[in-house]
Amino acid sequence: MSPERTPLFLARRTYRRRRLADAARILPLIGGVLFCLPLLWKGSPTSDSTVQSLIYVFGLWVVLILASAIISRHLRLDDNERDGTRSEHEETGGT
Amino acid sequence: MTVLNLLILVCLLYVVLLFSVAFAADRAAMMGRGSWLRSSVVYTLSLSIYCTAWTFYGAVGFAARSGLEFVTIYLGPTLVMVGWWWTLRRLVRVGRSQRITSIADLISSRYGKSNLLAVLVTVLAVVATTPYIALQLQSVTLSFAAFAETDPEAGTLPDMQSTALWVAAGLALFTILFGTRNLDANERHHGVVMAIALEAVVKLFALLAVGVFVVWGLSGGIGPTLDRIETSAIARFEVSGSRWVGLTMLSAMAFLTLPRMFQVLVVENEADEHLRTAAWAFPAYLMLMSLFVVPIAVVGLDMMPAGANPDLFVLTLPLMEGRDGLAILSFLGGFSSATSMVIVAAIALSTMVSNHVVMPLWLHYSGMAAVVSGDVRTVALMARRLSIGGVLFLGYVYFRMSGGGTALAAIGLIAFVGVAQFLPALMGGLFWRGATRTGALAGLTLGAAVWLYCLFLPSFGPSAILPQSVFDHGLWGQGWLRPRALFGAEHMDPVIHALMWSLLLNVSAFILGSLLSFPQPIERLQGAQFVNSFDHPSAPGGWSGGMAQSEDLLIMAQRIMGAREAQALFSAVAARQGVAGYLPEPSPDFLQELERALAGSVGAATAHAMIGQIVGGAAVSVEDLMAVADETAQIMEYSSQLEAKSQELARTARQLRQANETLTQISVQKDGFLSQISHELRTPMTSIRAFSEILRDTEDLSPDEQSKYATIIHDETVRLTRLLDDLLDLSVLENGQVELNIQTGTLEALLDRSVRAAGGDGDGFRIRRVRANEQVELTTDLDRLAQVFINLISNARKYCDAKPAILNIRVTVSDGQLVVDFVDNGRGIPTDKHAVIFEKFSRIGQTRVSGAGLGLAICREIMERLGGEISYLPGQKGAAFRVSLPLTVEYMTAQGAV
Repeated sequence: MSPERTPLFLARRTYRRRRLADAARILPLIGGVLFCLPLLWKGSPTSDSTVQSLIYVFGLWVVLILASAIISRHLRLDDNERDGTRSEHEETGGT
Repeated sequence: MTVLNLLILVCLLYVVLLFSVAFAADRAAMMGRGSWLRSSVVYTLSLSIYCTAWTFYGAVGFAARSGLEFVTIYLGPTLVMVGWWWTLRRLVRVGRSQRITSIADLISSRYGKSNLLAVLVTVLAVVATTPYIALQLQSVTLSFAAFAETDPEAGTLPDMQSTALWVAAGLALFTILFGTRNLDANERHHGVVMAIALEAVVKLFALLAVGVFVVWGLSGGIGPTLDRIETSAIARFEVSGSRWVGLTMLSAMAFLTLPRMFQVLVVENEADEHLRTAAWAFPAYLMLMSLFVVPIAVVGLDMMPAGANPDLFVLTLPLMEGRDGLAILSFLGGFSSATSMVIVAAIALSTMVSNHVVMPLWLHYSGMAAVVSGDVRTVALMARRLSIGGVLFLGYVYFRMSGGGTALAAIGLIAFVGVAQFLPALMGGLFWRGATRTGALAGLTLGAAVWLYCLFLPSFGPSAILPQSVFDHGLWGQGWLRPRALFGAEHMDPVIHALMWSLLLNVSAFILGSLLSFPQPIERLQGAQFVNSFDHPSAPGGWSGGMAQSEDLLIMAQRIMGAREAQALFSAVAARQGVAGYLPEPSPDFLQELERALAGSVGAATAHAMIGQIVGGAAVSVEDLMAVADETAQIMEYSSQLEAKSQELARTARQLRQANETLTQISVQKDGFLSQISHELRTPMTSIRAFSEILRDTEDLSPDEQSKYATIIHDETVRLTRLLDDLLDLSVLENGQVELNIQTGTLEALLDRSVRAAGGDGDGFRIRRVRANEQVELTTDLDRLAQVFINLISNARKYCDAKPAILNIRVTVSDGQLVVDFVDNGRGIPTDKHAVIFEKFSRIGQTRVSGAGLGLAICREIMERLGGEISYLPGQKGAAFRVSLPLTVEYMTAQGAV
């Protein structure tokens, strides 16, 4: 890749947007892990009740919805394409 | 009026409402007033077809049986929506840019527009969805029956089969009416989407109402409800880890790959922006849908008699409490869930069946024979309508065959696992350039086979399709092939077992097949476009349009899109290209645009095949392959293109400069020529005038003097005439108006004639020739050539100042060229004059002999006309001229006409 293609450092706004996109990507992973947490409580005499899991799951759900709403609100779809592609390639490596 | 009758009435009114909403929305969209139809709210609500009757009624049953586990079915889609930046954004973008009509279309389009893949996906989708449709029919009939049971006045119970038939027929009617109104799948089904959005509101409202009634009406608030859960049969969180994780993943996968979900998520999507709202609004919808599920299940378990079907608690709880209004609302909720799912599933499946199965077959058998405008369109619409009927009929048949038993209840997850087989090909196609058609075919086939063998066929029960012996001892008695314990994986949950093995084998085959095969150019092209969908929104075309006939294309497009739409498209493109009328240049860009437009009607594979029939095969040009190459190559391509462009510019500028210089020189020459002419004409005129005045004015001239002056005047007029003759000759030659008089003769004779005309040798001027070399047959304008020779010989005679003057005439023939050198022994011509001696009026030094200086210029023009050349030959001690002439040339009289 040609070195002059992407600048090494970005303006503050672009930087923020990119971190926001990072957050949007990581949110489902965090959610997935946290939703599995009740599995760890199985067998524990104090905390394996359905009610507790119910409250936990729905509470987490609401938090996820709020987080998603905030991130999506500030994420612009028409972020410069180059930003998108650059990260896309990272994704390709990651998936 | 009994409750049952009331229910039927409300139900009919509701159906009428749905029809009118769909009709109004379609009308509004057609009149361009429906901007609110394309809002993100409607989009989000349309996604709610994920919540079918299976989830509306079944979630409570699920919760009553296994507690909180039901929630996994909603968590998967929540995570997908929250993670829209990963996949959905890209999926939607690709779907719109490629004018994708269904999931089968997307997969086939990605892997080189392979129809085989599309057929495979279609078949698997139909197999997985048909039982699902049966399940919806069952839920409607069951809920209807639940009403009937509580109604003592209903003398005869309505036949379950006939209810299902009526529902199926009504749904088919609705779907055909609003789902096949327009052919182009990219012109969204506004009516259908709007009706679905309304149904989404109804079912959410219904479930929330029942939930509120149960929590506050029956249990006395949140606290007591939670207490009730604590003491219920599902108080303990006893979910197995594998099922919790597995089902969450499964529902996430199915959310992306279910044909009906793909239809609303991708095909009906209008703008990327809608995803931003749906990213949080749809999870919120799902959360609300599942909020009261556990309370309803617990209260139902508590209050309903033992043995009551927990799947119907949502309905039977209000009924038991005598809340008929709430029960009817609840029924409408379930009815909405069932119908919206069936409608969209039928549209999605019918699109796939008609585009990838019926249309290719029809085109194959009818060829391109029947050329009537819009005929393909008619067939496609008919195929789609029949497919809708067929899909619903299959669902009904399945419902009847299975007898509406409990086997159906499990079909939801089974269908999920079936459609999840699309995921590797789908995601691999979006993210991995190396994914190939072979890999996708291998993965899909293997995954589908494992799904059929391990989950779908066993779901009919032992001995129904698979014999008991296969369950116990495996296929062909191979223990490791037992459908419920593949490779010895015993004691696993059947769904998770099948999910694990089918996807593992699917992914492995997909990756292995992709690694080992080599994709075709079109596959690589599509792969690059899909994976780099954000890079190259308008990707390079796959057609080379040189051979294509615009008129044939128009005829074909009219068959598919209808005359008006096709002509509109063609004239729009023609206008953009700056061509008048309906026939644009078949440029690659236009062909690709046309293919996409057709793909919206008949699917990518068929559209590709149809254009291929006319254009004569997709040509992947070098530029396209360059585009397929990786990013570095892309940049290199661009920069090399830029470089080429700037080089071209520089070249043009250079040429312009040269042209300018030449023009300036010619202008200078012209000025010089004019002043020379005036000068040359004035000199003889002056003496003629002077001597004629003497003759006129001087009285006493002696006859000698008179004759002397008259001779001078005569000589000067002769010179003047010669000058004018030469000028005329030169101008004729230069303008190319000369007519060549082609003759044949020997060089020897020609030279003899020339020497004679030039005054022969003698008087201290000798000519040396080697006659043996002069026996050359010539076919040319001999008179003109002689003129050149005469000029050269007389020049030597005039200017050679050696005593004695000797002119050597040397003749050689080499490489088909006749070369005649005229070399004298004089002082020759100074080097700095070599360049100008052939110019007009150029005379070397102070001439001792009169002459206008036109001779050599005329010689040069003549030689050019004859296709030869005259040049000065330096380094020969004296003046030397070389005349060269091709021996075998058709002396172009044509050249004279230039």
